[in-house]
This record gives sequence, C-alpha cells and structure tokens, in this order.
Amino acid sequence: MKQQIIVSGIGGQGVLFLTRLFAQAAVEEGLDVLTSETHGMAMRGGTVVSHVKVGPFKSPLIRMGQCDVGLFINASDLDIYRNFIGPGGRSFVNTDISGEYYNIDATGLAKECGSLLVTNLVLLGYAVKEGNLFCDEGVMETIIRKSSQPDRIEMNLKGFKTGASRN
Amino acid sequence: MDQTKQKILMGNEAIGRGVVEAGCTLTASYPGTPASEILASVVNFSREAEIKMHIEWSVNEKVAYEVALANSYTGKRSAVAMKQVGLNVASDPFMRSAYLGVKGGFVVIVADDPGPHSSQTEQDSRLFALSAKIPVFDPASPREAKEMVRKAFELSEKYEIPVMLRPTTRICHARQNVPCLLPERLERTADFEKDPGRWVATPQFLYDLHHRLNDKIDKILEEEDFSPLLIPGDGSLSKHCIISSGVAFAHTCDLLEDMKFLGKIDLFQVTMPYPLNKKFTRKINSGYEKILVIEETYPVIEMQLTNSEINGRNSKLIPNQGELTPDIIQDVLKKFLEIPLETGASPEQIKGKRPTLCPGCPHRAAFYAIKETFPKGIFPSDIGCYTLGMNLGAVDTCHCMGACISQGAGFYHAYAQDNEKFPTIAVTIGDSTFFHAGIPGLINAVFQKARFIVVILDNSTTAMTGNQPTPEVGIMADGTRGTPVLIPDLVKACGVRFLKECDPYDLETFTSYLKEADQYCRSEDGGVAVIISKHPCVLDREAMKAQPVYSMKITENCTGCEYCLNNFECPALVLDSDGERVIIDQNICIGCGVCQHVCPVGAIIAEGGGKK
Repeated sequence: MKQQIIVSGIGGQGVLFLTRLFAQAAVEEGLDVLTSETHGMAMRGGTVVSHVKVGPFKSPLIRMGQCDVGLFINASDLDIYRNFIGPGGRSFVNTDISGEYYNIDATGLAKECGSLLVTNLVLLGYAVKEGNLFCDEGVMETIIRKSSQPDRIEMNLKGFKTGASRN
Repeated sequence: MDQTKQKILMGNEAIGRGVVEAGCTLTASYPGTPASEILASVVNFSREAEIKMHIEWSVNEKVAYEVALANSYTGKRSAVAMKQVGLNVASDPFMRSAYLGVKGGFVVIVADDPGPHSSQTEQDSRLFALSAKIPVFDPASPREAKEMVRKAFELSEKYEIPVMLRPTTRICHARQNVPCLLPERLERTADFEKDPGRWVATPQFLYDLHHRLNDKIDKILEEEDFSPLLIPGDGSLSKHCIISSGVAFAHTCDLLEDMKFLGKIDLFQVTMPYPLNKKFTRKINSGYEKILVIEETYPVIEMQLTNSEINGRNSKLIPNQGELTPDIIQDVLKKFLEIPLETGASPEQIKGKRPTLCPGCPHRAAFYAIKETFPKGIFPSDIGCYTLGMNLGAVDTCHCMGACISQGAGFYHAYAQDNEKFPTIAVTIGDSTFFHAGIPGLINAVFQKARFIVVILDNSTTAMTGNQPTPEVGIMADGTRGTPVLIPDLVKACGVRFLKECDPYDLETFTSYLKEADQYCRSEDGGVAVIISKHPCVLDREAMKAQPVYSMKITENCTGCEYCLNNFECPALVLDSDGERVIIDQNICIGCGVCQHVCPVGAIIAEGGGKK
C-alpha cells in the first residue's frame, strides 16, 4: 500500500490536526507513514499545506502530479496546489460551487453542527467516504476519539460523521 | 505508557526523545524555527520517564551553549539546540569548544533551513562544523535523527569532542512512526576535574590543543562506523555514482526507485558529511568517472572530494542556492542519467496568501500608531512576528536578532551629522529579542548619545516560535517558576532616562507617548526614549480570558475607501462580495475594538466590551 495525500488551508483551519489523524490512522493499520508540515512565519494566517505519505517512502515530500488525494479546507488553495494531484487523483474541496472535484460546503455543515472548528473534520469525513483512502470510517473514528481533547471528542465525531454521511 | 513502542514523532520530537534516551542531564535552547520544538520534547519525555534533567530556554544561543558546555565539563551529558543563525550567535564558544573539547558527551543540534522558509539566511551549518573541526551528522528522516543523537553522544565521549547533529526543516517538521527505547540512566555525579591548561587555555596551550583536535579528526576520518552507506548498483552503470545526504538523500532514493534506477547505480548516503571518511574519499576519487553530489545547502561534501568530474552545486548541474525539492532533484537526476526532460512541465511558482499579524494582535495597534504619528519616520525592526509590520509600512529594516537598536543608533548618527533636524527614528523590538541581543545595543546607543525611540513590543512571550516564556514572565521551560527579570528595570539600568509603558490598544495614550518621546529625543538633554508597548499575545488563551470582547459592526456610513484595509490590515476586515464596502469577518474577529479608531468616517463601531 502506497498513498500520497495533501491537506491545505489557512493557518488555524486545522490542517495539522488532520495530518496527525492520517498519520495515526496509518500506524493503526500497521503502515509506515511520513508527513510534512509548514511552521513559523507561514502559519500567521498564511497558506499552510501538509503532505502525508503512507507506505514505504523515504522522502516526506510529495512531487507535482503524484498526489492521490487532496483535501482543501480553503477552496482558493486549489488553484495553488492543483498541480500536485495526479491523474486519477481526487480532490475534496470545501465549497458549495461544484467543479472537477468532490465539493462539500464543510463550513456551512460545521456551522449546522454547532462549531466552525469542525470544518476540517466535515471535509475529512467526506474524503474518507469517497476518497478510496488507506483507512475506512471505523478506523478514523477510533483515531479521532484517541486524538481529540476530551471535551472535543463528541463535536469532532459529529463533524466527521456529518461529512461521511453526505450523499 | 509502553515506552518501547512506536510513536508518531515530529523530527524535532524524535531528536528530543533521542536526547532523553541517551541519558543527557542538561538541555538548553533558544527558540527559532525550525528547531523550536526540540526543547519541549525533552521536557515532555524526561517528565514522562521521571528523569532528572535541567532544561532551559536560555536568553540566547551563546548562553545556552555555555551553560550546556560547563555541564559537560563535569562529566555529564549535555545537549544544546538552536536554529542555524543561532549558531552565529553561539559561534564564539562553538569554535573554541572544538579545541578544548568536552568530558561528558556534548551534542550541538543545529537545524538548517534551506529555502529558507523562516530564516534570514540559508547558511549550511555543516560548513560551520567543518570550519570549527567539529564532526557533524546529517539525518535523512526523523527516525534516523533520533538514532544519530545516540551515536553523536557516543562519538563525543569517545574523542572528548563536541559533535553536531544537523537536521533541516524538512526533517525537523516531518512526522514519522519512530520506535522508542527506554531512556538510559547513567547515574553520573558532577565531577569537574580542574585542568587550567585545558579549561583556561591561554594562547600558549592552544597550539597543542589544536594539534590534539587534528589528531581526533584524523582518527574519526578512519572510523568505519561513520563511513557512507551504499545501496549498490548492478554494475550496468559501473562508472556512475550518486552521493547524497540528509533529506536530499531521501528524495533521491524515492525518485530513483520511481525511475527504476535504484539498484542500478551506486548510491551513497553520507551520514557524516564532516569529516568525510577517508576510504570513501579515495574510493570516489579513483573508482568513478561520473559523480553526482546532491546535498543541502552548500557544497560541503562536494568540496571535500577532489575529483574534477563532480557534478553538483559548484558545477551548476544543481542550482547553487535554494532548497532541493523532489521536483528539482528529479530534473537533476534526469540530466545526470541522460534521460530526456519533459517539456513544459515546470511547476508554477507557488504563491499563497501572505502571512500577516493575527486579528487583534497588539503589534498591529502599535505599528498603526507609529506610522500615523511619524509618517516620514525611519523604522528599524527585528526578528519575530512583528517583522510582519512591514505589511503596514512600519518596518523598514530587519537584519538579525537585536540589530534594530544598533541600527537605530547608526541611522541617527548618519542623519544628525548632516542636519540638526534628523528624522524620527522609531525602532521596534520584541520582548524576547530584547532579552536575546537588544541590551548591549541599548547600552551602546545611550552611551554614544544617540537620539531615537525604542518601542519594546512586550507581549510577554516568544510568539513566532510557539509562545515560549521569556525571563520576564518568570516561567521556566519545565513550567516551574523562575526568578522574573523585568524589562523596565533593565531599560533603566541601561541608562535610559525616558521610559513609558502603555497598552497599545489605547491608541490615544500610546500616540501621546510617541509624541512625547519624539520631543524628548529632540530636547537639549535628550537621548534614547523607550516605550514599552505592553499587551499579551492573542494566542495566549489564559490572558485572553481577561480581555474585554467587543462586538464589532460596520455601519451604513462605510464609504468603501479601504483606508482600514490598507493601513490597518486586520484579516478580519474584508471587502464585501461586491467590493464596495468593508465588512467584518466575525469568524476570525476577536473583538479587540481597536479598529473603531481607525476608520476616517467613524463607520466601525464597537458594542459591549464584556469579558469572555
């Protein structure tokens, strides 16, 4: 199993949290994992992208055109990172505008859940359901339980399930 | 928790884990991207294993280095961690420590930032190690970084020499599943053996000490354990070889596999770029005709090989600057292996949203007031979040830690020489930066009779690197209380006679102090004026609980002049979808209330003001 995923958004949107969830899910599945993040200056409201590589890789970075799945918490980042997605790759975009990608109004659905903070998890839920990812919904739910702060577990799961149950 | 199982660790966490596993008893650091998370990891893992360790955020890297060095003199293991430009600050003790050597293992962790992503240079610390004659390890993964920490301690003790671990940003910030071992408990007690010829080492002793250092390096050159690792080819390209180190090796390895060249061509991973193993150097120089060296960021391995057929940074097959991303290495490999390049596939230049100060950041209020009060001022600034004041036109220079105060003095002398009516010079420096390297500059400026304003942006934290505490806060790295050292006391002790303190959210008072300070600078007995702009960082959750929260609204009076967008640049102020009026993005507005004073027509209003 080899899979390459990118997660993109604005600093503070929960890109790093999703990255950690993917990493832990990989270990749960007994797979090697490497991820890569942006820190420092760029996190002050700038665009943040992280790379997740599941399987026997050495390099933590994904090359142009090699990515299997892309999660875009901030829709306009698609223009910047579109080139990473390979042929046959799938992009999941937080937007109500449809296009050549899987779109979901994650911000709107998160608001309905009662917390904008789960926007990232709504998008994750949808991607786990439709992205042909290395892990299934059950594994990801277990990881969300393990990785969330105790007072955030229920809300995070609510967001995740909302995304995963979208048609 | 089972301490031998696999953990997902960031490179910096893996390094911290390695330090704890190796039985180190003192770790010192100054925060700086990409090295900042190392110390917190040492705190967490030593606490988890109940290991006694002194762990400190020192005021700067030189201090950190010296504290750790003395611990090593007593026979105990020490580590010091910093970013690459931090080593510039620590270079004085660093260079000499090679000559005098150490007792307990001493590992110098220096994180480089090829690119650079978050630094003022992309200098290569391996080159620094070479010039100091200090061995250096170059890890290609978080897992390897942890393993190398152990090796570095062992090598350091075997030869009584400091050893450097040089990860790069991509290693520091990568996460990987890393097997963890139980920490070693060395149970050493401090035992400083006096030896003036070594620990005092006046010039008469240094010839011998240098000689001894050279002998150590000569022996390390021959150590088989640190010779480069070979992934052999099948002989079909027997005259070719590729040599790489660090994360560039990891990229190269994956690329060669994709290109079906892994196992076809000899590929060497250099784990210790200096000193370069002697047998290896001989083998490369005599055994191959086409050699490619891929390394970050300077040609350190390349320059130690004498073969004239080397392709690398110097030969310009590889760009002589910048990070070596997989996409760049792919093109290099294709050129070297004579595979046609795909045309038109060059990646677009990636430009995301530019970073900016957070909504409600107190620095924004201070910068706004400075710019409004002194539209023609000169604004030297420094390193931290507040460098982003350049977006507001309130930062004109940024050089290296603490430079702004000395530069303020330099600007004053330059202008005052020409004309009595010198421009207002308003310097901004963060609290942590002031502690780090601002104080000598301030003493010098006062003594040399410079006249300018220093605004110390005191948000009671080291914000840019993840909110590490400063000496003023009085919280030590492990969370216990230290003895606070107060900025006003330091400023007064530096000889400053104009000192004011003010919350920059109170724009009116802050502005009046700026004007007063300017008058003081120009008065007969004037000199350096200091204003402490004091308000906690908005990322400090505890402090934010005490802050009044306003409900911000924009009335029909908004003319869409965009004055607030251009001069205040708060991310929570945005144009509506028609681009005609400004609206407030309530999702990110923290209700600081400052922008109500910014609108020229008074269209921004604040209501409420209760606490969270």
